[in-house]
Amino acid sequence: MNVAVTKPASRDAPDQAFAALRDRLPGAGKVLGARQRAFDLYARRGLPHRRMEDWKYTDLRVLMREVLAPAPTPDRAALDAAEKALKTHAIKGLRKLVLVDGAFVRELSDLENPGEGLQIRTLREVLEGGVWAGDDPLIAAGNSDPEKSDSMMALNAAMMTDGVMIDIADGVTSAQPLHIVHIAAAAKPAAMFTRSQLRLGKAATVTLVESFIAAEGASGYQVHDALTMQVGDHTRLDHVRLVEDSRDAFNISSATVRLGARAHINTFALTSGAGVSRYQAFVEFAGEGAHAETHGVNLLNGRQHGDTTMFLDHAVPNGTSREIFRAVVDDRAHSVFQGRIIVQPKAQKTDARMMTRALLLSDEAEADNKPELEIFADDVTCGHGATTGALDESLLFYLRARGLSEKEAQALLIQAFVGEAIESIADHHLRDLASFAAGRWLAARS
Amino acid sequence: MMPLLEVKNLQVRVEEREILHGLSLTVNRGEVHAIMGPNGSGKSTLSHVIAGKPGYEVTAGEILFKGENLLEMSPDERAAKGVFLAFQYPVEIPGVATMTFLRTALNAQRKARGESEFSTPDFLKKVRGVAASLNIPQDMLRRGVNVGFSGGEKKRNEILQMALFEPSLCILDEMDSGLDIDALRIAADGVNALRSPERAMVVITHYQRLLNYIIPDFVHVMSKGRVVKSGDKELALDLEASGYAQFEDVAA
Repeated sequence: MNVAVTKPASRDAPDQAFAALRDRLPGAGKVLGARQRAFDLYARRGLPHRRMEDWKYTDLRVLMREVLAPAPTPDRAALDAAEKALKTHAIKGLRKLVLVDGAFVRELSDLENPGEGLQIRTLREVLEGGVWAGDDPLIAAGNSDPEKSDSMMALNAAMMTDGVMIDIADGVTSAQPLHIVHIAAAAKPAAMFTRSQLRLGKAATVTLVESFIAAEGASGYQVHDALTMQVGDHTRLDHVRLVEDSRDAFNISSATVRLGARAHINTFALTSGAGVSRYQAFVEFAGEGAHAETHGVNLLNGRQHGDTTMFLDHAVPNGTSREIFRAVVDDRAHSVFQGRIIVQPKAQKTDARMMTRALLLSDEAEADNKPELEIFADDVTCGHGATTGALDESLLFYLRARGLSEKEAQALLIQAFVGEAIESIADHHLRDLASFAAGRWLAARS
Repeated sequence: MMPLLEVKNLQVRVEEREILHGLSLTVNRGEVHAIMGPNGSGKSTLSHVIAGKPGYEVTAGEILFKGENLLEMSPDERAAKGVFLAFQYPVEIPGVATMTFLRTALNAQRKARGESEFSTPDFLKKVRGVAASLNIPQDMLRRGVNVGFSGGEKKRNEILQMALFEPSLCILDEMDSGLDIDALRIAADGVNALRSPERAMVVITHYQRLLNYIIPDFVHVMSKGRVVKSGDKELALDLEASGYAQFEDVAA
């Protein structure tokens, strides 16, 4: 059943649409109350549009128009299709945590022997236990602004069906990387509302990979995902997300990251799939001396629209951040990068740098780069740069004069262009994952 | 025997300006030809047109390579057929490791010729051998293509490629520019090592100096887009003594 949650064109009573759906969503009591508050927040604003500054380049009222109803629980056919898709995207040595059409699927996941200090629950369990709203600040209060103000996060909170809740105890090094795989498998277009959480205890270490993929035949679907990461003091988190959704799908994802003192995170986001995508990450420096590397690459062609938006909030002193972003845009595709760095008045000795570059491969390709620094402290080192250009003709000719075809020459130069961002991935296994994803995009265009 | 390269009455424009006004040149296998001439005489244009650089419009004439119409081929097809241009200013390609570049290029050429690609160990062995003979240190091969290379290193990297790809026609565009005498000698030794009865070379230079190290069989003087005089290596020495001014009138 595909009931639109809202249709801005008619704007007819989204409340009723939610009212009709909410009893099918997991959780009651406090959870339901929290859902209702979140939905009210969403309903007041509706889908983000270009008159909202943060969504200026990604007008969902135009690009997405409506929010589809949640996908049905995956049936046998959907699970089989998902399993097939998983085979080509599962990564050896990683602990798979698989969500199909917005539902956690145990039979496709690795839950055995989590080891000391690693707890994995599903969001559905937590919601059905009714403890969510009381225990967790996520919906009820939320210490990060986006929970209170971003309508897509609010929609996600209202509609969420499942997700992965990961807790890693203090001092634990989780040797096996975790891999959350989102698979769209439904035969008819529908929406997935997933929300996952990572809580990394003090001095704990983990590697988290997220993949967004489609089973054969899945098309026109919508991913609405949120990930909250609470990163304790003295921790180490390596994080890579790869969006390889089907090319007519929508992927609207938010991440909130709260960094404890001297936490060190290295996160990388690559978007090569989905017709319309937005990844917005809100990184809050809550403890002193934390270091965040937030890098990314958009590889877009056809009529893809890919938006990567990073908000870094240096709220406390001595934080450092590094941001390298690359966009490769071909045909009539549109890439958006927004990078906002806020340095609060008391965040002295902040050292924040951001560099974004876009490579346009066709006359009709478009890239918007919007770096913003808002600095309210006086003893800081901050810098940003942005460039947009085409492939260098003299380099192309040199390569072609050495025997490379036009596509091969372009591919080599594109790889070099995104290479700097990919090289910033600290873990070499994760770096390979990103390289392979970029390689798949390059292979598909030739 | 069929000439390796035949340039016949070549007329070339860049935008609205004609640069070559009917240039002819025949090069046989095993020969080394020097093309000399003042700045702006069209020497580099000739090398670019042979290699297939975009931006040049051929309005008349033809270029045959091994009897085939070169002008109909893309630059990479020309490379696979055996045309090699050693650039006057080799470009820097950050982010592309020299080794990756060499392997991709060599295998692309081999693939285009229907030959099997080199395996990694065979390729490494071949590159190391050639690099050692040119005094190219291994760490240069790990760096980005020409990134941070000195002028001499860049030219040696060109010769390294020439040795690796084994082309039948080598065009050396102002190989001596920016090189001191020691670097020039190393580069010239590298070139001379590649002289063979099967391979021809066209050495483009402004100065006679290079021809002390790479001894040509023929010398052609270009002026204002044409070959105005051809001779043997003595012609280069005459030019050194009397300069290019004497040819200005011939071309006019």
